[in-house]
Amino acid sequence: MNSNRRDFLKIMAVGAAGAATALAAGPAQARLPKALPSGAIGLLYDATLCIGCKACEVGCKAANQMPMDHDSGVEEAHGVSGVWDAPDDLNSRTLNKIKLCATGDASHGGFSFVKRACMHCVDPNCVSACPVSALTKDPTTGIVRYNPDACIGCRYCQLACPFNVPKFEYDKPFPKIVKCELCADRVAQGDLPACAAACPTGACLFGPVTELLAEGHRRLGFRPGETQDYPIHSLDGSEQRTATVTGYVPSIYGETETGGTQQLLMAGVPFDRLGLPPLGEESRARLSETMQHTLYQGMFAPTLLFGGLVYAVFRNIREGCEDRATPTDPASEPEERRHD
Amino acid sequence: MTEVYRPVGGKLLTTQFYFMGILALIGGYFLVRRFVFGIGDIAHLSDGFPWGLWITYDVVVGTALACGGYAMAILVYVFHRCQFHPMIRAALLTSVFGYTLAGVSIVVDVGRYWNLYNVFLPQYINLGSVMLEVALCVTTYTLVLWIEFSPTILEAMKANRLLRLMRHILFFFIGVGILLPTMHQSSLGSLLIIAGYKVHPLWQSNLIPLLFLITAIAMGYGMVVFESLYASANLGRRLETKMLARIGAVIPWLLIAWLVLRIGDLALVGKLGLLLQPGPEPILFALEAALFIYATVILLEPRRRIRPTALFWSALAVVLGGALYRFNAFLIAYDPGPGWHYFPAVGEQMITLGFVAIGVMAYLFFVKKTPVLAAKP
Repeated sequence: MNSNRRDFLKIMAVGAAGAATALAAGPAQARLPKALPSGAIGLLYDATLCIGCKACEVGCKAANQMPMDHDSGVEEAHGVSGVWDAPDDLNSRTLNKIKLCATGDASHGGFSFVKRACMHCVDPNCVSACPVSALTKDPTTGIVRYNPDACIGCRYCQLACPFNVPKFEYDKPFPKIVKCELCADRVAQGDLPACAAACPTGACLFGPVTELLAEGHRRLGFRPGETQDYPIHSLDGSEQRTATVTGYVPSIYGETETGGTQQLLMAGVPFDRLGLPPLGEESRARLSETMQHTLYQGMFAPTLLFGGLVYAVFRNIREGCEDRATPTDPASEPEERRHD
Repeated sequence: MTEVYRPVGGKLLTTQFYFMGILALIGGYFLVRRFVFGIGDIAHLSDGFPWGLWITYDVVVGTALACGGYAMAILVYVFHRCQFHPMIRAALLTSVFGYTLAGVSIVVDVGRYWNLYNVFLPQYINLGSVMLEVALCVTTYTLVLWIEFSPTILEAMKANRLLRLMRHILFFFIGVGILLPTMHQSSLGSLLIIAGYKVHPLWQSNLIPLLFLITAIAMGYGMVVFESLYASANLGRRLETKMLARIGAVIPWLLIAWLVLRIGDLALVGKLGLLLQPGPEPILFALEAALFIYATVILLEPRRRIRPTALFWSALAVVLGGALYRFNAFLIAYDPGPGWHYFPAVGEQMITLGFVAIGVMAYLFFVKKTPVLAAKP
């Protein structure tokens, strides 16, 4: 029994030491929030300017060679096929979607549009979740890109994304993850993302994120009923139009949500009614990585535990079980419970 | 290690064995369809519910049910409880097939299985990903389990030289075999942290790695007790009630620790009020707790736990409670937002059932043909 007790105590001591080191190191090791990349670009979507023409959806599909998404029910009712591209939400054939939300808010006509696409988070959960770095954040532009050659299709990014943005081709035998990559190839050539290029009203505006935020805050200062100038397509000042201000909810969605996003949204009705979840200022990725790093920092605690375990098992086998196993003494039972 | 293990012997191809074979074939049919036409052809998985029955049952619950080998190794090798050594091979057998089948299920579930080896390539791995830790740990542990179980197969093959070599190096693998499940059974819980609001607040917790680890060990002991009683009754062997009662005696302390942490955490974070809200979640929470409290009450009392029926039902309660906790966290209390619903499709269920059937067939084969169960003196 003495030898048992000794082994037990040793392991516990090692375990406690490992845990203590890990926990003591914990607060200091908390992963810092990710900062906005220096050349971060993004989109500002203003629901009060959107007329729901869906030109951005058409532009998006053309630029990314995405197939149409047929609504077979509607087509059957009209006896046609292959006529309309009619997705009802983002899906594996649709990277960008304008949705009409009945909000019942009479001051804004009882409805509002909302643009759904990848938010290109500053601290993206999907990038943190992906085991094989198939999703990466560009260090300059901040665009969250997808590399199918790395992807194993585990779909942890879908679970991790608070906006349910990554989509998966469940209908294909060799599927991929599909999501908006902010037309990275077009942007690299100096073009606008296709949605911003197609938008006729300035509801979808392209530019550097810091300038988009400044533009957003300029708009938050507008009073309903005023006539104001709004840039169209991009912030470079080449095109603009005047429109009557209908009033804003006094915040920009994505300025702080989940640590900030590079697609920003403004609207006349509360964001949760547009299907945008209320999120804290800290990304879950930060919490998750802080916890993992606390436990596995330098593999210190696991190594310590491993050493203790191997030692205990080695001694156990060397001493052998046979001598003690045979006389099972009934008094050992209460003793056992004290250990566990 | 002077215990003698013997094959149980007897007819392998019984009616039950054929029945399991038919289940496996039905699963095989859907498996072919999954690989030819894609996951969507046979599964109800969606962009809102990317993880369904396969991940939740086959991997998250399945590997916890396969923690018998891990739990018994802690008892025998860390706490030096030699009297339990005769049970370790049977526990390892369930573990080896539980983990192997979980690994195979992952290949079925991931969309781009031909890229799976990327989790081993330094240029791709993401050290911040909880999934990477789970993937590496589960694969390594499956290999380690086969090494730990290999003496049984080597004995059956009468490969004595290899057997002697194994005996010299086994201590190392037993050590690894205790470390790895400690790491990934907790990480299976950590997987959910990043999902944030999608996991119901009664289950979303910063203690989730610890809660998953404790239930995995408790389920491991529960499974050893349940399986031993079930197998003894069905293979016509003498019940090992006395020894099983001793294993059962460990479980209540784990469950009490779990209940204190679980409820204490809710209280500290101020979430206890959620238990009074309408909806199925508080009931599911209560059901988990009730199963664990039932097992604790029975197993805490030496006179009760010595009765085989009480032992059987309480072990089953531990296993079901732990499984329900995992199902709740990953599926039932998981809500990605309005409009998404999930219930496993027939094809998904049949593939899972097929894997369970293969597990049972493998168990019967090894128990009957190789020296897994200890011979009675």
